[in-house]
Amino acid sequence: MQKEYTVTVYTEDRIGITNRITIIFTRRGINITSLTTAETEIPGVFKFIITVMSTREQLDKVVGQIERLIEIHRAFVHEEEEVVYQELALYKISTRSLDTGDIERLIRDHQARILTITADYFVIEKTGHQQELIDFIKKLEPYGLIEYSKSGRVAIVKWSRRFHEHLKDLAAVEADNLISND
Amino acid sequence: MQQKDVLPMKTEKADKPLTVKPVITGSEAVIRSLIAEGVDTIFGYPGGAIMPIYDALYDFQDQVHHILVRHEQGATHAAQGYARSSGKVGVAFATSGPGATNLVTGLADAYMDSTPMVCITGQVAAALLGTDAFQETDVIGITMPITKWNIQVTRPEEIPGAMAKAFYIARSGRPGPVLVDITKNAQFGEFEYEYKKCDYIRSYSPVPVLNEDAVLDAATLINNAKKPFILCGHGVLLAGAEKELAALAEKAQIPVASTLLGLSAVPVEHPLYVGMLGMHGNYGPNVLTGECDVLIAVGMRFDDRVTGDVSCYATKAKVIHIEIDAAEINKIIKADVAIHADAKTALQSLLQKVQPAAHTEWIAEFRDADKKEYDKVQHAELFPQEGELKMAEVIRRISEKTNGEAVLVTDVGQHQMVASRYYRFKNPNTNITSGGMGTMGFALPAAMGAKMGTPEKEVVAIIGDGCFQMTLQELGTIYQSQIGVKIVILNNNFLGMVRQWQQLFFDKRYSSTEMVNPDFVQIAKGFFIPGKKVTTRDDISAAIDEMLAHQGAYLLEVVVEKEDNVFPMVPAGAPVSAIRLE
Repeated sequence: MQKEYTVTVYTEDRIGITNRITIIFTRRGINITSLTTAETEIPGVFKFIITVMSTREQLDKVVGQIERLIEIHRAFVHEEEEVVYQELALYKISTRSLDTGDIERLIRDHQARILTITADYFVIEKTGHQQELIDFIKKLEPYGLIEYSKSGRVAIVKWSRRFHEHLKDLAAVEADNLISND
Repeated sequence: MQQKDVLPMKTEKADKPLTVKPVITGSEAVIRSLIAEGVDTIFGYPGGAIMPIYDALYDFQDQVHHILVRHEQGATHAAQGYARSSGKVGVAFATSGPGATNLVTGLADAYMDSTPMVCITGQVAAALLGTDAFQETDVIGITMPITKWNIQVTRPEEIPGAMAKAFYIARSGRPGPVLVDITKNAQFGEFEYEYKKCDYIRSYSPVPVLNEDAVLDAATLINNAKKPFILCGHGVLLAGAEKELAALAEKAQIPVASTLLGLSAVPVEHPLYVGMLGMHGNYGPNVLTGECDVLIAVGMRFDDRVTGDVSCYATKAKVIHIEIDAAEINKIIKADVAIHADAKTALQSLLQKVQPAAHTEWIAEFRDADKKEYDKVQHAELFPQEGELKMAEVIRRISEKTNGEAVLVTDVGQHQMVASRYYRFKNPNTNITSGGMGTMGFALPAAMGAKMGTPEKEVVAIIGDGCFQMTLQELGTIYQSQIGVKIVILNNNFLGMVRQWQQLFFDKRYSSTEMVNPDFVQIAKGFFIPGKKVTTRDDISAAIDEMLAHQGAYLLEVVVEKEDNVFPMVPAGAPVSAIRLE
């Protein structure tokens, strides 16, 4: 059955690695709904967090094919309950709406916060799950929503301690260096 | 182990006094890195963006033999043939742009068939990258899905590391093609050269650790099996595990069938060998896959041409899958016991745990099926008394006259299936064909490469008339480099396999499959290669003798039955048990 999964991929820092990973989803016609990547606490090791609508069976095969890539350390498929995740949204609102007063309460009630205020607009930041962030748009619309922007998913896996210990071990190993070959 | 500049430098340019870390150009570093990796033969085609490398090659002609092909696709197939026959890494050179894109078919073919190959492409100068410069293409982007690994090098000092990694990746684990794209400035630039072979990449584990518990589980299944059945794939040859496979089969008396690429791992004459699997494989192994109770798949990936309809495949069997590539395990067929390992390591361990057994009745079932196939199909194919020449009888005679010891290089189509079915392979790595990709035009250049890789062996290319015309320009390479390959064209003036499908599944609507062919013998003569055309049964034996006796390249055109069909056949998408004998 198709549902939303989180795929995490630990990679070396190499040009083109994003393409190498995404074409494996493309080949099987799986649409990536969000992709977030950043360096981990281990220098030179990056973590990709990918959300997709697919089946577990298909994703297990995709992950196997991702792991076949030379620069990939490991890749995992996670069920919803296996990860703690958040997304971040920014909302640009007309400054005039502050005059009405009750938007302040709305921001506070939804654990959002104001990042910056200019003469024309102010920017609200909110973290949460996707639906929460989208629902918040509807509540802000009456106040003059100018622009909305949302990140992909950032996730922490509940059970991944052992793999992270492996990653820490990697930190002690010098990354293969293409430049000097020493 | 560090290899510090130990290469003898014979030429004037190379006679410069060298320090431990000589200052040389990136181009020279490419050649010296190849030599350090044991490369003695390169197939390639020069052009603007790779000219510095070719210039450097000029100084090392006494150490590296460059074969000038007539098309870059030919270079890749030749490198594949070289690798598959010799067990070494094949190497191909091409320039940027069209030179690089012409490698694509060969790279994809090598990727599908796990052939170790390193392709070096020239690229425009780094400053021009991304500007649509003359003959610039994004070869890295293009070849990403069809290479095991690729890399673009933009600075000369990156070259030794990239080359070392390229060879390590190409030949280790599940082998495959690697592409190194080198910008022109990197080829010209000078740097302090030092070469160290690569044997470790922290994100890459080519040799899996054998799980002995899984081996024990597999042995238990085999020891309790009434009808065990071994499927031998290309991984057996790649691991050099032929003896271990035979020993396992003999110890527990298990019949062995081969995939197309696994052919020649087990001698056809072996008493436990029961034939080829798949769409045009033998009747017994296909139909009895549905009867076995334990299926031991070794170094194979359950290609759809082997399994047919997977929902009906080996339904009575527990599946043991020995495979070095974890991504192949459970991809098509779910394994009851998965052994993620090199075939040789796994079989050595399994051999110790398996009990001697006899499966006399089970083996007899295969022999009954053999007889059925022989009576219904093979006898008439191999020993026709009248009518036009049949492909099978030509293969039979070549097999007899080469004693099953030639390296057989086949192209793609009916002739490929007939050769695979009827050539009686005796020694490992003597079957070279395009399996996963099914690339027409493969055989002529691949045979060239195979002969370069194993010059002591007779290399016979079996090619259809359609396939031959896809890469026949390589006759020029064969002549120029004096490569003594024997070329047999089985000419039915049709794209035979497509025509067979049109006959069976498209109401004989022969849409664009009939070929009006040139005079192949005259074409060969134009390339100064002798040849003969045979049209009758009486002449075939002497013609093969003449071909094999000739020193050097020879082309034999055999006109065969125009509308011959290859049976048995599993219709596409049908269960393998639905194999048709007619």
